[in-house]
Amino acid sequence: MGQTMTEKLFSAKAGKTVKAGEYVVLPVDRAMCHEGFLLSCAKLITSGITKVWDPEKVVVIMDHYVPSPNVNMAEGHAKIRKMVKQCGITHYYGEREGICHQVMVEKGLVKPGDLVVGTDSHTCTYGGLAAAAAGIGTSEMAYVLATGELWFQVPHSVRVNLKGSLPDRVTSKDVSLALAGRFGAEFGQYRAIEYTGELLKDLSMDSRLVLSNMSVEFGAKFGLFPVDDVTRGFLRSIGTECPEAFASDGDAGFLNEYEIDASDLEPMAALPHTVDNVKPVREIAGERIDQALLGSCTNGRIEDLRAASEILKGRQVSPSVRMYVYPASRNTFRRAMDEGIIQILSEAGAIICPPSCGPCFGSQGGLLASGETCISSTNRNFKGRMGSSDARVYLASPATVAMSAIHGRITDPREEV
Amino acid sequence: MQIQGRAWVLGDNIDTDLIVPGQYLMASLEEQARHVFEAIEPSFMAEVKPGDVIVGGKNFGCGSSREMAPAVLKHLGIGCILAEDFARIFFRNAIAIGLPTLSVKGLGGRIRRFDELSVSLDDGLISIIPSGERFHATPLPEKMREIIDAGGIDGILKTIGKK
Repeated sequence: MGQTMTEKLFSAKAGKTVKAGEYVVLPVDRAMCHEGFLLSCAKLITSGITKVWDPEKVVVIMDHYVPSPNVNMAEGHAKIRKMVKQCGITHYYGEREGICHQVMVEKGLVKPGDLVVGTDSHTCTYGGLAAAAAGIGTSEMAYVLATGELWFQVPHSVRVNLKGSLPDRVTSKDVSLALAGRFGAEFGQYRAIEYTGELLKDLSMDSRLVLSNMSVEFGAKFGLFPVDDVTRGFLRSIGTECPEAFASDGDAGFLNEYEIDASDLEPMAALPHTVDNVKPVREIAGERIDQALLGSCTNGRIEDLRAASEILKGRQVSPSVRMYVYPASRNTFRRAMDEGIIQILSEAGAIICPPSCGPCFGSQGGLLASGETCISSTNRNFKGRMGSSDARVYLASPATVAMSAIHGRITDPREEV
Repeated sequence: MQIQGRAWVLGDNIDTDLIVPGQYLMASLEEQARHVFEAIEPSFMAEVKPGDVIVGGKNFGCGSSREMAPAVLKHLGIGCILAEDFARIFFRNAIAIGLPTLSVKGLGGRIRRFDELSVSLDDGLISIIPSGERFHATPLPEKMREIIDAGGIDGILKTIGKK
């Protein structure tokens, strides 16, 4: 029997053939830290460890509390800057560049076949670039910083076959919500999801990163795409070397296969308070909203801002709605300026915010009061995640967020204003 | 190792934001611990006792990689967490900080709120003391028992630091 992408990748790292289910200790290619670096470093210091294993392989990006919302966090950021210097970390991006996952991808810090760990659950985003990347906690990251390795169970793989093509104003976010709705929040639990099928050729890197990013919401360890022309085109655009084709063997052992025909899809939304509580937007249209949030590591890329600006051009965000836009990175922000997107969004009444995580996980920059409702292009709608535990968050695509912002009510983006 | 305590029975998909809401992540562990389960179990903080056992359903700990989620439960003295299954990162984090987490297939509905439980971490035997009903958890893989036995990642790091 052939190997899955995951088995190939782990075998290459282990220097021997390993199979799904085996436990292995492997060196990582990159260790990505956001503000969690502070907690990991504190553990090293307490343990009398004064160096990181390889300062070239560690990346530190601040994004969760940017700009620092209080003195306490400002002190935390100051400590991070000091430790970055002490450890001699070369890939340090501070607060300037944006959300860690987008920065990792844009700066060419991840490449196909890499094994990457990060102190954030959405580290699986890099699966869009055929990298086995997974979130870990700050204690395990401390261990990685000290030793450069970590234990893994080689995950079993499940295949998600994406058929057909996307109808107008239906996006990869709608595909991911449809997957959650149809197969549940656990269909990928402990598994490597491998995306395949005829839809892939139509999915840009931006669109693929959405599906990889959302894979953790299905419980998955990795959300992998094969290396193909889209991958190569993207890598070329950022000036990175294009690797060989990398995909599962035709006779590889998959635990299960799931299928979705994109041609049948319509705009979808996850209703409060779980990601798999999914309905077509059409069925919940009319629900009044107080806030519209466009951005995050899920849907804050240029393609997402374009989709929203296409809808908001020459129109106005409802006076009863505050709309916040958090571009995923400084690079995205600059591109959006060059394309006139920032102008369009601002003229429509949207509030343009600094590239960062913003209110997505409830730290700052647009939290919700009790009784309020938000439609959001982010990744989680858990009770209490974005402010009050009596607030309600609906997850949807950037197009649905933009159209709903105009109407002040959840609205199908295929509807004309 | 034997754990004895009352059961707090929660449902499926207990996410990390229900354990520690994002808005408190900047606060001290003590402050974070004041808000555990406040959105779903408001009496929890007033009534939780050291040794109590959390009984979840499917996908316990789904969501964020925040290590504060198992850390606050450990801080409150929770003896162990039983669930049908755990979200991957929460499970790793709990083991990393030395909080026992046991998967029990077919757990749903067998334990009631405040049932007195006895849990043996050595063989995974769980007993409901009032009814005498017994069942087994899936034993922890050896790799994870080693980490717990070493005092979690903190213990392992201290050994590395001494070298």
